[in-house]
Amino acid sequence: MATKVIMPKLSPTMEEGQISRWLKKEGDKVSMGEPLAEIDTDKATMEMQALGNGVLRKILIGEGQSAPLGQLIAVIGEPDEDIAAVLSEAPAQPQVQEQKETDVPPKVPDVAQPQLQEQKETNSPPPVPDVAPANGRQPQTSGSGRMIVSPLAARMAAEAGIDLRSLQGSGPGGRIIKRDIEAVISKPKAAPAPSYVQQAGASAYRDEPASQIRQTIAKRLVTSLGPVPHFFLTTEIEMDRAAEMRKGINALDPDLKISINDIIIKVAAAALIQHPQVNASYQEKVVRYYEHADVGVAVAIEDGLITPVVRAADQKSLSQIAAEVRELAERARSKRLKPEEYTGATFSVSNLGMFGIDEFTAVINPPEGAILAIGAMSAKPVVRENEIVIRQMMRVTMSCDHRVIDGATGAKFLQTFKKILENPLYLVV
Amino acid sequence: MAIITIREALNQALREELARDEKVFLMGEEVAEYDGAYKVTKGLLHEFGNKRVIDTPITELGFAGLGVGAAMAGLRPVVEFMTFNFSILATDQIINSAAKMLYMSGGQFNIPIVFRGPSGSAFQVSSQHSQALESWYAYFPGLKVVMPSTPADAKGLLKSAIRDDDPVIFMEQERMYGQKGEVPDDPDFTIPLGVADVKREGTDVTIVARSLTVPLALKAAEQLQEQGVSCEVIDPRTIRPLDIDTIIASVKKTNRVVIAEESHPICGVGAEISAEIMERAFDYLDAPVKRVSGVDVPMPYAKNLENLAIPDVNRIVAAVREVAYLD
Repeated sequence: MATKVIMPKLSPTMEEGQISRWLKKEGDKVSMGEPLAEIDTDKATMEMQALGNGVLRKILIGEGQSAPLGQLIAVIGEPDEDIAAVLSEAPAQPQVQEQKETDVPPKVPDVAQPQLQEQKETNSPPPVPDVAPANGRQPQTSGSGRMIVSPLAARMAAEAGIDLRSLQGSGPGGRIIKRDIEAVISKPKAAPAPSYVQQAGASAYRDEPASQIRQTIAKRLVTSLGPVPHFFLTTEIEMDRAAEMRKGINALDPDLKISINDIIIKVAAAALIQHPQVNASYQEKVVRYYEHADVGVAVAIEDGLITPVVRAADQKSLSQIAAEVRELAERARSKRLKPEEYTGATFSVSNLGMFGIDEFTAVINPPEGAILAIGAMSAKPVVRENEIVIRQMMRVTMSCDHRVIDGATGAKFLQTFKKILENPLYLVV
Repeated sequence: MAIITIREALNQALREELARDEKVFLMGEEVAEYDGAYKVTKGLLHEFGNKRVIDTPITELGFAGLGVGAAMAGLRPVVEFMTFNFSILATDQIINSAAKMLYMSGGQFNIPIVFRGPSGSAFQVSSQHSQALESWYAYFPGLKVVMPSTPADAKGLLKSAIRDDDPVIFMEQERMYGQKGEVPDDPDFTIPLGVADVKREGTDVTIVARSLTVPLALKAAEQLQEQGVSCEVIDPRTIRPLDIDTIIASVKKTNRVVIAEESHPICGVGAEISAEIMERAFDYLDAPVKRVSGVDVPMPYAKNLENLAIPDVNRIVAAVREVAYLD
C-alpha cells in the first residue's frame, strides 16, 4: 500500500518547509527510517526520514520548492502500484508553479544571454511542470518536449548542484552537454547584479524573496513588542574586575578562551537563580517559574539571527559555558542546530558590544520574561570616593515583560547582576 | 631498432619461432616453394626444410582440420590462409573443432594453433575477397582474435600467438604489408595478447581503431590537432580477449568516442565496444558513441566505389567533430 510522504513538522515554530535536497530519486528503493530528503525549516536544515518501505514513486515538490505542513510532497509505494488516487490529493499544479515563482530565488540565473534566451523560446520545451527535480537526474517529460542532456552533463550538474532547467543546451536539438555545465561552473559565484525597480520621484527598489528564517523572525517578533508590554531598565556597570578575571583565567589556560560574554551569561544565570520572579514567563492564566536558568544567546547568522540555548547555565562552569557557546554558535552559523537547541530559553542575552554600540534595547523573545541587551565596554572617567578615575564601563539594558516582572523586581535583579559582575568573586562565594 | 615492413616483421617472427621450438611448423597454399602469396614466408622453406614448411592443396577445410589434429598430437601449427576470405570454407574446423576441443574434451586437448593471413579489403578484388571477418571469429568462445597495425605489434603479437596454447586467429591486412616501422631486435620480444595500445594520447575524443583504421585515425588526429581537437587513439590489438579497461579509462577522460573499423557496422566489433562503453561508462558520455564503419554493402569492384565503401581520414575527422559538437 502506498505511503504518503507529507511535509513534516520539524521545528516547533515551522509552518512550511522548503526541500533543500532529495536524498533519493524517483525509482530508488527506500526503507523505513532511511533519510529521504533534507528540508529547510524556518531555523535549520533537517533530515526527513521515510515512514514506509518500497520505492520512491513520485516526487511532487522539487528541490528549492516549499510546501506547507501536511501537504503531500512525495509517494512511496510498490514499483507497480497504482498511485493515481494518492496523487490526486496533491494540490493543483498551477498553485505549486506559482509558489515556485514567488518563493524560490532563481538558482543559476547567469546564462541568460539575450541570444540564448531567444533560442530558448524557439527550441526548448515548455516550462517543466511542478514535479521536475532540481538536480536534473531525471530530465522530465513535459507534454510535447523533454529536456535533453548528455549522461555526463546530467551527472556533472547533479554533483555541482546545478538546476538543469536554468540551462539552455548548446548541443544538437538543445542537448545540454559538458561544456554548458562547465560554463556555469567556471562562472564566478558572485551574486548576480541586483536589478532595481525604478519609480518616479522615489528611490528605486528591489524585491528579494524573504528567506524562511527572515519570515519567522518577522512573525515571531510582532508577537513580542506589540502584544508584550515591554519596559526598559538601564544601568552602567564597572567591568574592571570582570576583565581582570577573564585575563587571569585565560592566562592559566589559553585554550579556555573565556570571553566577557561568557562571564555575562554566567553572572546572569547566577542572578536569575537569586531572582526567580525574573526567571519566569507569562502563560495564559499562569506564571511559569523555572528551576534553572536556560540562557539564550543571540547569534547573528547569514540571513537572520538565532538564539541557541545554554541549558542550566547556573550549574555550569565558565569554561563549560565558553566551550558550549562557541560550539553552538558555530553550528548556528552552518544552520545545523537541532530545534531543541534553540528553543525554550528562560532568559536571553544579546550583545552588540563588538559593533561599538554603547547601549540598545532588545525585543523580548516570547514567552521569555526578559532579555538583557549588552553594550560595548569602554574606558570612561568616573567619580570614586570624590576622585575622578578611569574605569572600564559597560551599559546594559534589560527589556522586561511587565506581565510577569514589575519595575522594582527587574531593578533588584539588575542590581544583583551588577553587583556580581563588578565583584565576580561573588560567583564563588 | 631496425625499421622494417609488416611483411618482414611477420617473417622474422615466424623464423624466430621456427628456430626456437621444433614443434612449430607452417602449412598453407603457396607458403613453401612460392615463398607465400604475399611473401610473408619468404626463405623459410630453404632455411627449415619441407617438414617444417609445407605446401598444401587448395583444400582449406582439409588442411585446417589437419592442423587441428597436429595440434592435438602436440605440435604447434601455423596455418596460413591466402586470405581470410578462404577461411570461410574452413569454419567448421576452426569453430567446431579448434575452438571447442579444450572444452569438449574436458580439458584433455589444448589446440595451440595459429590461423593467419590477410583479412579485410585489398585493392579491387571485389566482394568475395574483401571481407573483414573479425566479428565472426571473435563471436566464439574458445578463439582468440588478434589484429596488429604496426610492424612491432605484428612481430610481438605473432610470436605470442604461436606460443599461446589456444587457437588464435591472426588477421593481417593486405594493404598494410608494406607499412614500415621500428621493431625491437630482441629475439624474445613479444607483446602479450589482450593488451590494448594507446597509439596517441589526447584529451578531447577517443578514437578506437584497429588494423587498417589505425593509421587513418592517426592521420585524422593530426589534422584535428590543427583544428584544436586533441584525440586519443587506442588500438585494442586483440579483439578477443578485448582490453575494454583501457578503452573505458580513456572514455572517462575524454567523454566522447569514435570507433573506426573497416568491417560492416551490423553486429560488428564496434557495436560490441559501443555496448560495453554504454554499460560501463554511461555517466561519462557527453555524446553518443559514433561508429565509422565499412559501408553496409558487398565490396564494389569499381575503384571509385571501393574507395567510398572503406573508411577514410575525412569520415573519421567528421565523426570526431560531430561528437565534439564542433559542427
